[in-house]
Amino acid sequence: MKRAFPLFSIVTVVLLAYALYQALVVAPTERTMGDVQRIFYYHVPSAWTAFLLFMGNLVASVIYLIRRNPKADALAVVCAEVGVVFCTVVLVTGPIWARPVWGIWWTWDVRLTTTLVLWLIYVSYLVLRRFSDSAQTPVLAAVLAIFGALDVPLVYFSIWFFRTQHPQPVIGGGGSLDPRMWHVLLINWLAFSCFAFLVCWSRYRLELLQREVEQAHAMESLAGAGVSEKASLPLSRSTR
Amino acid sequence: MNGVKFLFAAYVATWVIHVFYLGTLVRRFSRLRQQLREFGKGK
Repeated sequence: MKRAFPLFSIVTVVLLAYALYQALVVAPTERTMGDVQRIFYYHVPSAWTAFLLFMGNLVASVIYLIRRNPKADALAVVCAEVGVVFCTVVLVTGPIWARPVWGIWWTWDVRLTTTLVLWLIYVSYLVLRRFSDSAQTPVLAAVLAIFGALDVPLVYFSIWFFRTQHPQPVIGGGGSLDPRMWHVLLINWLAFSCFAFLVCWSRYRLELLQREVEQAHAMESLAGAGVSEKASLPLSRSTR
Repeated sequence: MNGVKFLFAAYVATWVIHVFYLGTLVRRFSRLRQQLREFGKGK
């Protein structure tokens, strides 16, 4: 297991470099947008990866609610945090792509707005996890995660149900994508999925370590409280 | 359309976000390891 992590890291770095080469050199230049369309190979795989991570958060949260398994709770936190990072990439690369193509950075269009709402929901989930000390926090967060996950299909299908400025989805959108573009898109998605898995792996280890430290501190303070309680007991009771 | 600078900006922004996040993970790891070491010494 100790060797698996560096080995997988090397594979991921090589895959990311290959995916970058494919996106910048091998993929054909789009006729109307030109080179700026290559943002697509980072923007779309980041969105798909964020959706997958939010779905992972949902599954882990449901498992936690049913079984109260702390490892499922840790996995839910990890998926939400890494998902927020990928969703941030989507929200940053989208406007950079929109500016030269649409002539604007942002519009309050359904797809863009629901994506921003999705990001806000998961940021609030992380804020809840970070600043609430209550024993009920994991349960509340798991319930919030279920509501948050409802926004994922809303984001994806919003462009089917509403007239928007955003292009139709790549999968099931009815448009046709050049097979060479499909190939490059899938390579980039594979590379970003491996990268996300690697980051989740590290973050999961960090989460377990953090819980270990918190437990150690709790035990220490309990032991300290026990000693001080003994010290404050009346002599007759403590010597009994 | 001069899209190359936007393309460059988008790719750089993506990696800045990821590297920043990885940096926070490394910082959190080292802080926790330090805490664990101190806790071990205290015992």
